[in-house]
Amino acid sequence: MSEATPILEARSLVKILGGNRVLENVSLDIGRGRVKVLIGPSGAGKSTLLQCLNFLIPPDSGHILLEGREVEKTSKRELCAFRQQVGMIFQDFNLFDHLSALENVRVALMKVKGMSKLEATERAVAELKRVGLADKATLYPANLSGGQKQRVAIARALAMDPKVMLLDEPTSALDPELIGEVLTVIRDLAQAGMTMILATHQISFSASLADEFIFMERGRIVEQGSPADLLARGAQSRTQAFCSKISELTGESGQSGQSGESGQSGESGQSGESGKAGAERRL
Amino acid sequence: MSMPYLEFLRGELGPGLLDGLWVSLVVIAPSALLGGLIGLTAGVLRVYGPRPVRWLTECYVSLFRGTPLVVQVFFWYFALPYIRVGGHGIVLDPIPAAILSFALCSGAYQSEYIRGGLNSIKRGQIRAALALGMTTRQAVTSVVLPQAFRRALPGCGNEIIYLIKYSSLASIITVNELTGTATTIAKNSWRNIEVFCTLGVFYLLLVTVATGLLRLLENSLSVPGFERPQS
Ligand SMILES: Nc1ncnc2c1ncn2[C@@H]1O[C@H](COP(=O)(O)OP(=O)(O)O)[C@@H](O)[C@H]1O
Ligand SMILES: [Mg+2]
Repeated sequence: MSEATPILEARSLVKILGGNRVLENVSLDIGRGRVKVLIGPSGAGKSTLLQCLNFLIPPDSGHILLEGREVEKTSKRELCAFRQQVGMIFQDFNLFDHLSALENVRVALMKVKGMSKLEATERAVAELKRVGLADKATLYPANLSGGQKQRVAIARALAMDPKVMLLDEPTSALDPELIGEVLTVIRDLAQAGMTMILATHQISFSASLADEFIFMERGRIVEQGSPADLLARGAQSRTQAFCSKISELTGESGQSGQSGESGQSGESGQSGESGKAGAERRL
Repeated sequence: MSMPYLEFLRGELGPGLLDGLWVSLVVIAPSALLGGLIGLTAGVLRVYGPRPVRWLTECYVSLFRGTPLVVQVFFWYFALPYIRVGGHGIVLDPIPAAILSFALCSGAYQSEYIRGGLNSIKRGQIRAALALGMTTRQAVTSVVLPQAFRRALPGCGNEIIYLIKYSSLASIITVNELTGTATTIAKNSWRNIEVFCTLGVFYLLLVTVATGLLRLLENSLSVPGFERPQS
């Protein structure tokens, strides 16, 4: 594999949901160690795109390549092997509620990677330590704060040794005072060289991290470029208009929890609207 | 009305009911086990099965919840022999007929609790499991079922308690379990009050023991977030 081969590449993804073209010919690729940030109003298709990238939502057409090799989505075995290499973090954590933090991290190591319990436990402990939760290993999700749950979810994904991580608004469901601890973990990851595609409304945080901003609207990528270029004063970019709207309304703290999930269903009928209006409604 | 109660209990009623108790257990234990298995299978199929299978299991549940158990017992015992398959009727002995009736009926109810348990597990956890590289089967067996089972357990336990009580229906197809034996003793001795009160105590003890065992199971599976609801 040449140095320039992207780790993950998506070509012309199309997804139609309930008659809506939720993804309209979306292509993107990401090289080793890069961080790309997806931004855009709720309903733009960010979550759908991220879930198409690991076939949790199978795209209606298009191709996905891991390190230059196309993923054969009809082969269940290949899909499972592919997904192991693509870590996914969800807005609402999705921890396994009946398992302790340690068991959450360990279960796929044993079931999927076939590790022994001992080996898996060691690895899980190490990953929990990495996200600062060594002392919470025995706690169950019911007894963890939102920020701690999301960090366990990150540890769980990292334990699989993914080549790339997809993060879907990892802090949007968190109380404001818990956002920081999760962002710190994400920043550490980026600095350690993890390849990441991150959907977020944390503009200034992600601007400091991202190699590229990708602005999505109504299922399309409408702008992409370095955060510096897109956010430059007088850049006249859609990205900048959107971001200044967010900072105006939230004082740069990003959007609060509820808007993500609840916003989606309401968005479906209004594809005719201008994106700006959509963004305003959302915020 | 000569013999005092204790003597009657020791000499005739007690040994009789103990024999009956044994037969009751022979009916109840396999019914509960089989009913649990049927309920689990039907519950999973009702939620995850392909559409035609889902429809079939729905029909099964409606049928067995919608008709009186006595009718079902009569059907398996008295009607089945008249249904000719390749010239042969299927004749069931009383005990197998009772077990079949109870297991099928119990399974229909159990599947309700299992289904409720399965539906209470958020889809997101399945997505997370798949995203880690698990197969759908692994996601269901190691993420969904253990949680659904915990959520379903109180309901399923209740159903087993019901089963203990409706196992008395086996007496109407000549199974000499607790109730059948008690009826015979009552007829012969004319001591109805003592016989049926004692019979009641036997069922009460049976139910108490079963409740205790179920509670032990629930406690051993209890984790934060899945505690038994305080009653
Ligand atoms: N299952 C579905 N059926 C119909 N429309 C859907 C479904 N899921 C998502 N959508 C629509 O797809 C669009 C994109 O949603 P999503 O990817 O969640 O956006 P984002 O993550 O950017 O907020 C929204 O308009 C949403 O209403
Ligand atoms: Mg989203």
